[in-house]
Parts: sequence; structure tokens; C-alpha cells
Amino acid sequence: MKSAHAKHEWKSNTLPAMVMVGPVTLCMILLVAIPLIYVGVMSFCSIDQYYNVVFKFTTQNHLRLFSTDYLKIYGQSLAIAFLTTLFCILIGYPFSYLIARTKSKRKKLLYMLVIIPFWTNSLIRIYGWRTFLGTNGWLNTALQFLHLTSEPIDFLFKQGTTVLGMVYCLIPFMILPLYTSIEKLDTNLLEASSDLGAKKISTFLEVVLPLTAGGIFSGSIMVFIPCLGYFFVSDILGGGNSDVIGNLIERQFQSGNNWPLGAALSIILILITLLLVKLYQKMGGDMESLGM
Amino acid sequence: MGHIVEIEGVNKIYGTNHVVKDLNLTVEEGEFLTLLGSSGCGKTTTLRMIAGFEEPSSGSIKVEGESIEEKEPYERNVNTVFQSYALFPHKTIFDNIAYGLKMKKVPKDEIKKRVMEMMELVQLEGFEKRYPNQLSGGQKQRVAIARALINRPRVLLLDEPLGALDLKLRKQMQLELKRLQKKLNITFIYVTHDQEEALTMSDRIAIMHEGILDQLGTPTEIYEKPKTKFVATFIGETNIFDGCIAEITDQDITINVENGAVLGKAVGFQNGEYITVSIRPEKMKYASAPVEGFSIEAKVRDYIYVGSIVKCIAVLPNGNELKIERLAGEALPELETTIYPYWNREDAVLIHNQDQVVFQAMENIVLG
Ligand SMILES: Nc1ncnc2c1ncn2[C@@H]1O[C@H](COP(=O)(O)OP(=O)(O)O)[C@@H](O)[C@H]1O
Ligand SMILES: [Mg+2]
Repeated sequence: MKSAHAKHEWKSNTLPAMVMVGPVTLCMILLVAIPLIYVGVMSFCSIDQYYNVVFKFTTQNHLRLFSTDYLKIYGQSLAIAFLTTLFCILIGYPFSYLIARTKSKRKKLLYMLVIIPFWTNSLIRIYGWRTFLGTNGWLNTALQFLHLTSEPIDFLFKQGTTVLGMVYCLIPFMILPLYTSIEKLDTNLLEASSDLGAKKISTFLEVVLPLTAGGIFSGSIMVFIPCLGYFFVSDILGGGNSDVIGNLIERQFQSGNNWPLGAALSIILILITLLLVKLYQKMGGDMESLGM
Repeated sequence: MGHIVEIEGVNKIYGTNHVVKDLNLTVEEGEFLTLLGSSGCGKTTTLRMIAGFEEPSSGSIKVEGESIEEKEPYERNVNTVFQSYALFPHKTIFDNIAYGLKMKKVPKDEIKKRVMEMMELVQLEGFEKRYPNQLSGGQKQRVAIARALINRPRVLLLDEPLGALDLKLRKQMQLELKRLQKKLNITFIYVTHDQEEALTMSDRIAIMHEGILDQLGTPTEIYEKPKTKFVATFIGETNIFDGCIAEITDQDITINVENGAVLGKAVGFQNGEYITVSIRPEKMKYASAPVEGFSIEAKVRDYIYVGSIVKCIAVLPNGNELKIERLAGEALPELETTIYPYWNREDAVLIHNQDQVVFQAMENIVLG
């Protein structure tokens, strides 16, 4: 009798829970776990002379990850991501502050200015920059027209151009968390600070910055990580010296046709991402603002 | 004693909303002045203009004889205690209280000494390492007060500082604030919508009503000689009769009200003027037969016991309620009997009616 009762309870509690959680779990297994396992297994495979993947266990791919050429590119990729993040903060912070603190109706409009590019394909927008910056592009035409230069300037294919493109693509990811954290800031605190004798700059350093650090932090994570992988930006805007980790991976899957090596490189990217997220969590970052 | 804050002809207009109307107010040094009024009457706005968070649309504000229009909030010798406390959540209690001194670049040793003194003064010893979210409402309030007082301001502005506390704690904090104010001899400008709080704590009360300063005076003056109908009804309980002066002999005035005639005593009124008569419930008398000069009657309907006080509610023929208040044990009329209310004519407060025009429009309505 007792066990029958317990059984009944098990059913009534677990079944709805299963119905709720089941599909999510299924999606996670199909879309995250299986591909990850697939990539992991693939990285231990070899290729034959026709570049076909064969199931022959090897650690060759992993060892190749530590070649000097690759190490250099990891460093370069991290540097590009670092610069991109820095510029995103420097540009995104004042902008977020402005939209979060405006009282006028323009607030919505300004916010839309950030959101709309989200809806447009970033590939197209990056090509836009290429047209704009090219030797026959608008910028050069304008500069020559104004007689500021006589020769067209080669803006493209430099590390700086890649950073520019990255900042352009990724800045919404910085602005949104910043906006949220600045919006949440209690105006009374700013007034209290001023009331207690703090000049504007002190109020910023003592009150505004510490209380919006969370936003800067999660924005940085959301910019830094994709920046390691956005290969199309450096493909289109950067020259040979601005590859990111994403370029290495893409190349192995496309022209290089070495899928196992590509898989091993992907693991590097996954590890860096996990490391950064872990670090973020350790330092008291709010996982929810990363969408987790 | 000098004038520490002088507000002259100050108006504040938000769009089409005229929030503060031609405010003139002088605050004396060392006094406890309360701005009292119902929610939305412009108290906070007035305070914020003194603190420098809002600019007056017109008029001038002087602190210590100096015009402060050009001064930023951080340059004013005035500090504010915010209703929501506005403590810095990322700073410890020590750092919160030390904030003002840190901004003034006071040496570290002195900061430490003064913060400790201040914490003792508001009875918060031992809390220095905690964060605001680890404190109770009352403790946060003390921190907010300490943080504002440590700058030794000439004037402390307090915006409903006890509003979020429960009744018991509020009563206790009222006394403590008053004690602090006396001890430090700092001018307090205190905002509240609680008339009891205002009466308990203030040296003077400024009553605001829809952006207008209705009356400025000591608690006793305000209670005993209200100048407007709003003040009479807002402060304490009262019985109100609108009417018209029928006869003036010397200082005795006969007033026709809706249900009969009553008497009052005052100077400065004219025959035929529309006025309001206010009688406090404790001054209300009654008889079993009409009293000379009074011709209103009422039927006793209910008794309410409030601690040591008994309130008797009687109903006038027009349905209005009349309150008579006595100490428990004192005689009161029996339920359902008809009584004839009257009063000593000195006890009636006669108030010029600001709605003259309205009454004149209703000239044909027969009074009495
Ligand atoms: N920044 C503002 N913009 C527009 N209207 C305001 C602003 N601040 C206050 N008001 C209006 O002014 C009136 C008085 O407000 P306030 O001074 O806060 O009243 P109180 O403190 O007496 O409750 C209210 O009607 C309020 O809506
Ligand atoms: Mg208010």
C-alpha cells in the first residue's frame, strides 16, 4: 500500500517535470553534446593521402597545435580580441551612458540604432567597409577630392582594419549589457555623491564605474570570445597578418581539407572560451547577463 | 540667530505643471523647520532646489546670505538625507560615512577619528566593515544621517527620512533626530507628510498645499490658529462649518451656516463675508436645549474609543458628521439623543474663505 502510494507520487511529480525538461535536454544532446563529441573524436582521427578522414587514432593533430606558427597566431588573435574589447569599451561606454541616461523620447531611437544592425547580415556590413575603405573607395575618393592626399591610401589589409571591423560587428554585444547596468544605476546615488562634495569626475570613478563594472565585464566576455572566431572579418578586411583562431579552423575545413586538424584547433577555441567564462564566474560575474 | 536660508519668490514649473508657486520662506539658524503637506504638493521639489539638484524657474535662494544659483551641489554647504537612504551599495559603512571627508581630501587619520565619532553618535559602533545590504532599515537610516552630518553642514535637508520605517522605530528615531539636532545645533529642514511627526519635532512648520505655502508658524500657532481651511483640516481633527457672516457686534460674530446659526469671535471680518468656522472636537460642547446664539442640532450616532480618548460622532440634518472628543470617563450624551452643539466663541477659529467667488455664484442658496 505504502509503496503503491509512493509510486503514484513519483509519477505525478516526475512526469510533468519530464515533459518540461525533456525537450530541452533532447535539444542540448542533439545540438551541443553530440557535435562536441563528434569534434573531439574527429580530432584524434587521421587523413589518408586523398585527404579523407580515416579512423586511425593519432595525437599528431594535437601536437601540431603547439607549432610556433600556430602559437604566433593564437597570440595575434588574443591581441586583436584584446584591442577590439578595449575599443568597444571606450566607444560603447559613453554611448551606452548617453542612451541610458537621456530623458527624452530619443532614447528609443538611439537604442534602435544599436539594435537594427543586429538584424542585418554582418557579412554584408563588413563588405560595406571594404568598399568604403578600398583604394577606389569612397574615403579615398573624398580625400583626393578635397586634395588632402594625392595618392590613394591603402587602408585595407592591416591589423587595424581587422580590429575596426571586429569593433563594428561586436560593439552591440558591449553596449547591451552596459546599457542594462547603467540603466539600473540609481540616480539618487549620483546625487548623494554630488551632495557629499564629489565633483563629476570623482562621482564617476567612485560610484558610476564600480557599479557598472559588471556590465563592462560581461560585455567584454561577449566581445572577446566571438572575436577569436570571426574569421570572415579578417578574411575580408585584414591582410595575411591579422588571422584569428577562426581563420585557422576555417582553413582546415575548407582549402586545407584537414578536418581532424580543424577539429583539434576548434578544441583550442572551446578551451579558451571555457577558461574565460570560468574566470568571469570566479570573479563574481553574473552568468545571467551572458545569457546563461 | 540669523537667517540661514532665504527663499524669495521661488517658482518651479515642469512643462505645464506649476509645482512650486511663489514660495517665500526664511529659515532661522539652528531651527528645526518642517515642510509639511500631502503627497505631491512640492515638498521634495523645494528641498531639491535648496540642495541644488533642481534649478528654480524663477526667484532666488540664499544660504548664509549668499546666492547659491551658480553653485553646484558639491559646492553648497548643505547636505541631504535621502528618503531611499541612497547608501553606496559597493562601499562599507565606514567608507559610506567617510565619503564626504574623502572628497574633501581630509587626512586619513582624521577621517578615521571623525567617522568613529560619528558612528558613536548615531550608535552604530562595530558596523564599520558591513555593507549596506547587511543592515536593517533603521540602521541604514542612521548611516545616511551620519554620512550627511560628518561634513558639518550648516543646513541638513531631510526628505521623509523615516518614511520607510515601522511606527515604533519611527517614534524612536523622531526623538533621536531631535536630540541630534539640538546637540549639534545644525539647522534642519525636514520634509514629511505626517502631521503628527511635524507637530512632535518641529520648532516651526511650513504647510504646503498644491505648491503654495499656506501657513508658517509654531506647532501651537498652526494648531490653534489655522489660517486656511486646508491647514485647519490637515492638522489634527476638526469640525468645519462653511457659512456667511450675518451680524457683527463688536468682536462677536454671528454666522449663518447650512443648518442654523453659530457664534464666533474675531477681528478683521466684514458683514456678509463668506467664511469657514473650525472647531476642534475637544472644544465642542453640547446641551439638551438650544443655547443662546446657536441653532444647530445633531443626533448622536456612534462612539469610538481611541485609548484614553472617546470620540462621539453626531450627525447634522444635512448628513455631515460632527465630532466631540472627551477623555474616557467624562460625560458624553447618550446614543440616538438629540443634542444642541455650541462652543465658547473664543474657541471657534474663523477663516477667510478663499472660495468667495464660488459662494457668490451660489448667492441664491438660502443659508440658515
Ligand atoms: N522631474 C520632474 N518632472 C516633472 N514633474 C515633476 C518632477 N519632479 C516632480 N514633479 C511633479 O511635481 C509635483 C510635486 O512633486 P514633489 O515635489 O515630489 O511632491 P512631494 O514631495 O510634496 O510629494 C508632482 O506633481 C510631481 O509629479
Ligand atoms: Mg516627496
